Amino acid sequence: MTDKLFEIVEEPILLEDMIKKVKRREAGAITTFIGTVREFTKGKRTVFLQYQAYKPMAEKMLAQIGKEIEEKWQDTCVAITHRVGRLEITEAAVVIAVSSPHRKAAYEANEYAIERIKQIVPIWKKEKWEDGDEWIGDQLERIEYPTGQPNIKE
Amino acid sequence: MINILLFAQMQEEVGKEKIAVEMEKTTVKELKEYLQMHYKLTQLNESMVAVNEAYALENDEVKTGDTVAIIPPVSGG
Repeated sequence: MTDKLFEIVEEPILLEDMIKKVKRREAGAITTFIGTVREFTKGKRTVFLQYQAYKPMAEKMLAQIGKEIEEKWQDTCVAITHRVGRLEITEAAVVIAVSSPHRKAAYEANEYAIERIKQIVPIWKKEKWEDGDEWIGDQLERIEYPTGQPNIKE
Repeated sequence: MINILLFAQMQEEVGKEKIAVEMEKTTVKELKEYLQMHYKLTQLNESMVAVNEAYALENDEVKTGDTVAIIPPVSGG
């Protein structure tokens, strides 16, 4: 484990390491969020996911989210690690840990972090289906862009 | 020379991770128009652009030595 609070990695993420990064004497709460690879989306079976990141910028954007959180919820400490490469069903793609003196801030800040990741962090996932694959084209998963086909606009 | 980084579907469409464009000075908007003319990039219109790892606006300047990334809608998490 590294001591980097905001990181893009290729290896599996260990939850215990993430907790260690934010654990401190002033904290009365630590919340963790684990984003995992889901097998079925609207009845369609995913075989595995392939994540790609613009690594240096993605780490900067994760750090920016950490900064936003520290401004909104004082005395919080945030660590976020996102994994890239091939991920199998049930594996963790992202882990967010937040510590704070009281639980409410830790819960709220943790949810804020995952929402912001889906908006501003340059990471993309490609779904491998049983009958093909596609890059998922929208951070809020409203739009998908099938490979080799024209754009689908809302 | 301006280095342009491509990701996800657009990287597959062009078959390269990186394109070098011989330009001294331009804007984000003009660079997007240039790419639109020379490459078939289906997601260019809905993509954001980052210059030297920070999101940029259409009228921002881009100069030789800069690294420009075309950022299609992200899907991390």
